[in-house]
Amino acid sequence: MSTDHVTYESATPGSADLGAHDAFAPGYDTTEGRIFNVSGGDWDTITAAPDGEKERIVVNMGPQHPSTHGVLRLILELDGETVTEARCGIGYLHTGIEKNMEFRSWVQGVTFVTRMDYLAPLFNEAAYCLAVEKLLGITDDIPERASTIRVMMMELNRVSSHLVALATGGMELGALSAMIYGFRDRELILDVFEMVTGLRMNNAYIRPGGVAQDLPDGAEEKIRDTVKLLRKRLKDTTNLLVDNSIWMGRTVGIGYLDLTGCMALGITGPVLRSTGLPHDLRKSQPYCGYENYDFEVVTETTCDVYGRFLIRVNEMEQSLRIVEQALDRLKPGPVMVADKKIAWPSKLSVGSDGQGNSAEHIREIMSESMEALIHHFKLVTEGFKVPPGQAYVAIESPRGELGCHVVSSGGTRPYRVHFRDPSFTNLQAVAAMGEGGQVADIIGAVASIDPVMGGVDR
Amino acid sequence: MTDMTASLPVIPPGVTNLELLDARDGAFGVKGSGDTSGFGGLLDPRVMPGASQAPFGGWFDEVAEEIELSLADQGLPFASATEKVVVDRGEITFFVRREHLVAFARVLRDEPGLRFEMCSGVSGVHYPSDAGRELHAVYHFLSITHNRRIRVEVTTSDTDPHIPSIVAVYPTCDWHERETWDFFGIVFDGHPALTRIAMPDDWPGHPQRKDYPLGGIPVEYKGATIPPPDQRRSYN
Repeated sequence: MSTDHVTYESATPGSADLGAHDAFAPGYDTTEGRIFNVSGGDWDTITAAPDGEKERIVVNMGPQHPSTHGVLRLILELDGETVTEARCGIGYLHTGIEKNMEFRSWVQGVTFVTRMDYLAPLFNEAAYCLAVEKLLGITDDIPERASTIRVMMMELNRVSSHLVALATGGMELGALSAMIYGFRDRELILDVFEMVTGLRMNNAYIRPGGVAQDLPDGAEEKIRDTVKLLRKRLKDTTNLLVDNSIWMGRTVGIGYLDLTGCMALGITGPVLRSTGLPHDLRKSQPYCGYENYDFEVVTETTCDVYGRFLIRVNEMEQSLRIVEQALDRLKPGPVMVADKKIAWPSKLSVGSDGQGNSAEHIREIMSESMEALIHHFKLVTEGFKVPPGQAYVAIESPRGELGCHVVSSGGTRPYRVHFRDPSFTNLQAVAAMGEGGQVADIIGAVASIDPVMGGVDR
Repeated sequence: MTDMTASLPVIPPGVTNLELLDARDGAFGVKGSGDTSGFGGLLDPRVMPGASQAPFGGWFDEVAEEIELSLADQGLPFASATEKVVVDRGEITFFVRREHLVAFARVLRDEPGLRFEMCSGVSGVHYPSDAGRELHAVYHFLSITHNRRIRVEVTTSDTDPHIPSIVAVYPTCDWHERETWDFFGIVFDGHPALTRIAMPDDWPGHPQRKDYPLGGIPVEYKGATIPPPDQRRSYN
């Protein structure tokens, strides 16, 4: 960790001229006192400088620090190794997704939202599509098979997201084996995603009205095999950390945030459940038919990093249970709403290059039905209209409540889309969790929140 | 307004009282003479769901009644605290007058019969055609105790974009209010440190407002030029 800002509060501003000619620590006077920006050199030449003056050391961690979980900038005020103040600087990954969506059709919006929280793309898509469907008033018309596939894909995604949380969290605290195994196991799920959606990330698979296409042949078997393999491997991976005395030494009692703090700061997800409150939107406000699945809401009562780690471990097991139940529930049927004014007209099939339009559909629109061609053209270029109004849909993403507020003015484009991303809200807890602790424990606290900056900054 | 609504293309089911938001004329951006397609004569009014009258149905009435009683305890009549109530698509929205927002939020949080412990934050919507109420701040509240969710909407004008901050009541709104200030220019009075959060500190303008251009450059590909998204032919 490099220190790049040291601030001295000088009793007599400008009195200390040491450092003024130091190539590594140029100093300058401000109304606050003399300030040195340090980006290298020998520490002794700096600390020796202001004799008898009160010093404030402000350390910038990030936005390019390997332990800050992405482009998060932590601004820490230190007293030795103790953090006296912690603030977050965000916005380094702001890409204007919400603004861009106002200039594309409703279906194209899926392609944007999937890129927000890039570790849980299917949750972004699901929240957006459920909100659009609510505006369209077709929530009850979504075919059962589509909802089941959505649940299955989301739960697989939850496992892959939690695996990354464990992998990067472990890595940031020095447990490199956890990282290797976590990413290895996540690869299994990404293979399933690639088979079903064609893409490993940024899937754009869940669409308003259903899902983009049905499961390919052999997908169900592959998913069953993957779940079996994951069960075995997850045990091996998590055994590296559960009851590991070094890991527990770094996590138990660290990043403490109790229920009152969580409520005030609007914290949801594993952080909230680590206080013992079994709040899970899949149970309390079910969507996509979650009321039909048998699973438990995992809680711990330790309010610390270790508790959140255990919750993620056990939630992966619950998610695998849901995936198996979803596989059992899969019945043949449509995967897109019957309304031809909403359903995407084309169907994809696997061509020689691995993807492509179905030859049957091309034949129909190109040589059999002029009306079908017009319909296809209108729906793809113009899109469907959504009646005016607004809707808010919240789902339980791996990180907590992922809310989507969609406003339609009656046109073919969203008037406004806003995402209440759980990472964004949960990051506010960094100060409460980390102040008064050690610098090294800030890393553990941030890792236990598991923020994804793509979702925070949007 | 009535003759406009008569020719409405899309009316939300179950909504009778409509509020005109905007009317778009023509199509594909074609205006005035030169249009031989006939589409220039199109009139497409844009209306949002209008105010609902009690009873609102289900637990909505319980919540509304509880709010009314609690506000009355503080000597604040429901009618002066709220502008209107809209029930649409199974969601209830309270349009709260900005001067009473903090009292309203406090009631939501503290009343045992309401207990909205969790605020899902605030975001903005910019309606340039809604004269005098161009900027809307939209809050969502969740009661874990009663398993209910409501929406609160506060309106303010472009010329006086001030709304009281509810950070003192719901600290979670800290970053959300900063984000709304950043993107919409709504000033949340009483916020502890209302600074930009996503855009650089010296950024001019508020990007999510409708009068702020999306930006972008034309892209040339194999001799053809594709304009940036906000300058393409629009069907909206």
